[in-house]
Amino acid sequence: MSELVLVNGEDEMILNMGPQHPSTHGVIRFIVHTDGEVISRAEPDVGYLHRAIEHIAEKCTYEGFMPYTDRVDYVCAMTANHVWASAVEKLAALPVPPRAHYLRVISDELNRISSHCIALGAMAMDLGAVTPFPYALREREYVNDLLEELCGARLTYNYHRIGGVGWDMTDAWRDKVLRFLDHFEPVIDEFDRLITMNEIFVKRLANLAVIGAEEAVAYGLVGPNLRAAGVAFDLRADMPYATYGDILPRIDWKTPVGSGRMGQTGDAWDRFWLRVEEWRWSVKILREALDQIQATPRGEFLIAPKRLRPKGDAMARVEAARGDMSCYVVGDGTPNAYRARFRTGSFNAMGLVREKSRGLMVADLVALIASLDIVAPEIDR
Amino acid sequence: MKAREIFERVAARAGHEAVFALDEAAEADAPADKAKPPEAGRDASFQARPADLMAVMGALRDEPELQFDFLQNLTAVDWVKREVIQVVYHLFSYAHRHEICVRVEVPRAAPHVASVVSLWPTANWHEREQFDLLGVVFEGHPDLRRLLMPDDWVGHPMRKDFQEPKTYRGMPTSRPSPMDLLVTYDRAHAPKPQVATAPVPAKTPETPS
Repeated sequence: MSELVLVNGEDEMILNMGPQHPSTHGVIRFIVHTDGEVISRAEPDVGYLHRAIEHIAEKCTYEGFMPYTDRVDYVCAMTANHVWASAVEKLAALPVPPRAHYLRVISDELNRISSHCIALGAMAMDLGAVTPFPYALREREYVNDLLEELCGARLTYNYHRIGGVGWDMTDAWRDKVLRFLDHFEPVIDEFDRLITMNEIFVKRLANLAVIGAEEAVAYGLVGPNLRAAGVAFDLRADMPYATYGDILPRIDWKTPVGSGRMGQTGDAWDRFWLRVEEWRWSVKILREALDQIQATPRGEFLIAPKRLRPKGDAMARVEAARGDMSCYVVGDGTPNAYRARFRTGSFNAMGLVREKSRGLMVADLVALIASLDIVAPEIDR
Repeated sequence: MKAREIFERVAARAGHEAVFALDEAAEADAPADKAKPPEAGRDASFQARPADLMAVMGALRDEPELQFDFLQNLTAVDWVKREVIQVVYHLFSYAHRHEICVRVEVPRAAPHVASVVSLWPTANWHEREQFDLLGVVFEGHPDLRRLLMPDDWVGHPMRKDFQEPKTYRGMPTSRPSPMDLLVTYDRAHAPKPQVATAPVPAKTPETPS
């Protein structure tokens, strides 16, 4: 798995980490140059999960590409569905019924909760705290069950459609989601007591791999990583899409930002804590969305486009679990996209690892990757 | 700030011949505009002359009223019929919350564009990816290597005329369609035509055990 190569005549050692390493969150390889425990440079080598999804987009119809978007980011597939649907809808200027927008918001937020379960649980586990991981996965199982009941799949949902969503929800399902939220809210506090505010954990992460606001913007960090660096920007609030514009003002939204509560702003602990805060806000958004959706006419959840031959290009942005996920799609008047491009949160975050790893300990490299919430297929697509 | 104001400010700083073809793009939610040219986009954009790219990008990032501090997306489109490769930059400003799309067109045979890594470090990986997949050469990039494909790969697979090699290091790059395999299998295992068999005796009804 790992091998040592001594660089002749110097103290520097080249350590190969990955591609199959349990703490790299997928198939990524790092070529780590170290002097003892201290890293002088960790060079990421990606591409092991390159499935040429952008090329597949050119080969199938706009509607037919939807199942492939699940594979862009399989931990938070719903938002990848969403960004493809919104990009094509923008390109072809298609209408979307309001109920579909609410269902998209509800499914996105449920998926965000389950994605952060993986992110936080796995991060704690990477640092040696195994107990929180099954706790987080237990909650994720509830969400998976809910999403399975909504759209028939537990991981690759293929739920959103161009012009709406695939299925409507039932009242029984709505009650189940509300019951889950009642159960989940105390769990967040329990999780805080268990790990977020745990003294050992705080000491391990505070002041570690600090990414300041300026650096975060220059390297294009997005989503929770950007907000942990102190930049209050959330697409849901600042460039509202779907029905976030109706929901957020009703719940007194305040974009959570890292404040350096345990150390410096933008340290690994801030990134961890911020995702816990996002759980809290997702719960509030879900409650409000489940309330507002009752006013929309039942059964109107899809306006399927008849003949999709758009021309031109369009860019859509959606706040995914790993931040701003963008899809740029070019149409040339045929049923297939001429070019599609997914720009994802992990891709940008990965570009920063080489700079940030300088001077870290080998064990802290694992903490850095985990705190950036890297998902390997999202880098390679 | 509106697209026209952004365009004019850049033109004033980088030169009026450096930028052209402003597309103000009506509201994205408005129904498709029939009068628009077929390749018009849904986002406000303009084109920049390749030679002036750095001046244009510098103005976009540094002008206090523009302040595009986030290179949101960088991609390239291979327009094979027009013999150009279009490099598309999507910029966003956290300070002013406005966005703009800048396009640069370079000949397909020699796609050389200035690298913007010095302005936005995030462009490093984006440019490496476009170099890898479309063969755009970003002049002045600190580390222009393939990102996703293997280092010894030949060609740029997202080009529209890319021909996939039959093998890579002795491994086939494609495999036969499972449906074809099924047909071959069926033929090989087809029951031989039987001649003059005795009539099959009627089955006795099975008794439930």
